Amino acid sequence: MTGPLGSIGELRAELDAGDVSSVELVERALARAAAVDDRLNAFLGLRVEGARADAARSDERRARGEVRSPLDGIPVAIKDNMVMQGEPTTCASRILEGFVSPYSSTLVEKLEAAGAVVIGRTNMDEFAMGSSTEHSIAGPTHNPWDLSRASGGSSGGSAAVVAAGIVPGAFGSDTGGSIRQPACFCGVVGMKPTYGRVSRWGLVAFASSLDQIGAFARSAAEVAVLLEAVSGHDPRDSTSAPEVVPAWSRGLDGDVSGLTLGLPREYAAVDGIDPAVSDRVGEAVAELERAGATVREVSLPHAHTAVATYYLIATAEASSNLARYDGVRYGRRVETGAGLTDMYLRSRSEGFGGEVKRRILLGTYVLSAGYYDAYYRKAQQVRTLLRQDFETAFQSCDALVTPTSPEVAFALGSRTEDPLRMYLSDVFTVSANLAGLPGISLPCGFAEDLPVGLQVLGPPLEEGRLLRIADAYQRRTDFHTLRPPEST
Amino acid sequence: MADLSREEVERIAALARLALTDAEADRAATELAAILGYVELLQSVDTEGVAPTQHVLSLATPVRDDAAVASIEPELAVANAPERSGTAFVVPKVIEGEEAG
Repeated sequence: MTGPLGSIGELRAELDAGDVSSVELVERALARAAAVDDRLNAFLGLRVEGARADAARSDERRARGEVRSPLDGIPVAIKDNMVMQGEPTTCASRILEGFVSPYSSTLVEKLEAAGAVVIGRTNMDEFAMGSSTEHSIAGPTHNPWDLSRASGGSSGGSAAVVAAGIVPGAFGSDTGGSIRQPACFCGVVGMKPTYGRVSRWGLVAFASSLDQIGAFARSAAEVAVLLEAVSGHDPRDSTSAPEVVPAWSRGLDGDVSGLTLGLPREYAAVDGIDPAVSDRVGEAVAELERAGATVREVSLPHAHTAVATYYLIATAEASSNLARYDGVRYGRRVETGAGLTDMYLRSRSEGFGGEVKRRILLGTYVLSAGYYDAYYRKAQQVRTLLRQDFETAFQSCDALVTPTSPEVAFALGSRTEDPLRMYLSDVFTVSANLAGLPGISLPCGFAEDLPVGLQVLGPPLEEGRLLRIADAYQRRTDFHTLRPPEST
Repeated sequence: MADLSREEVERIAALARLALTDAEADRAATELAAILGYVELLQSVDTEGVAPTQHVLSLATPVRDDAAVASIEPELAVANAPERSGTAFVVPKVIEGEEAG
């Protein structure tokens, strides 16, 4: 059978009732992948034998009455920038072709401790740099709703495998919107928790002060279960938040009365926003008002500076982080006998793709002598002002509601020739990373038969509030239950 | 910010250890100039006296216990090396005019 898999809750009920085994679920996920992924190109690698073995062990635990967690035996996927011992990690880059990780990320260790079964590594923009999953050595991931459209990025593969029902849950990373925007484009829920909530140990670094792991599923309730399993303090990540992880999934009671939602007035005036997107978001806000929430306008006076600030800080950090790919300890080496510097130049130039080189160059430029204060330090100062905007806004509201993306999924190939335009499409998502805030995107209707995403942002550590708002909306609407056309 | 010169692009590329073809360098000059032109908008923001944000969490630098813990096995650490000698990484000759080895 190759139909889409059900929700985490549905699969768990089938497992608990003895109607299905984890081994059978993994076979269904693999069969579903085999049936649809030649069109989607959402996986960079399937973990067939390892997943079967993990599933068999899950079934044995279940037979002994030793079920580890609500995820025990459930198939999931991880983005190909999260390492797993003995498995390849490529970051969709030529420079990491052939790399096999000698250790596992904290994320993978926590998934294993929960009993979840990793079935594969998902496609992404190279080193997570992009908003379309087109900058991948393996080619783009196609949007399950319309194969001629982008899946979003950089975690486009993880969004697509959930939308297509290959797995009920997947993990991605979000540096400037790389979970929320593909979730929006593919019509699923994607959440980036507070900076530091999920350990970055074993997540290949892009921009370390912005990177955060999060999860995809079709409902907020499932995202809550996934994030509970992988969040928490980790002494191996010095930026890990030393905070207790609440039982988010138990706080979902559908009640948003008493909550005040802020609508940033600056976002209404963003250039290039699709009027149909504004309409759908307006309808979602009205639905939340009917559910009991209060709505008020708020101001984020520095909103117009967010994309510029983000691209300076993210590229500066990337240029530093990607200096490690030198052809010495791992990764691609190209050598012609002309010495060490020549080896560096050739290995990096042949190993990195165009977008990665562009960002390394920009980051190197803004950190270079004579430009540091004008660009990098200036951006860090504006980052402070952006954080203060949110602190002020959250004094008069509990969460902010915005579109996730100013437009629905764009056509593949339509943006790659204009990097700046691609960057500007991140206008609603980058601020949450700059301020370290949690953010969630959930489907709130359609425009041109393509999904529209609603973004909810909250104060640091208030993931539970965002999940409650998203869940309350999903109890009153059915957009998240719709599947992409069966043709995919 | 005016256009970026080819020389400037080549200087940055050398710092980043990237070798660009002529076509790549021309394209990079145009694209970087467009992006740098866009980010100029930050110069109009008054940041006098504003402390820079290096990090969103205002944590003190955490320290671990001064206790020995196992780290990765040397054999595993070099397993991905393009070239190795035992448990050492091999690099091309660094100093010109001397024989390797």
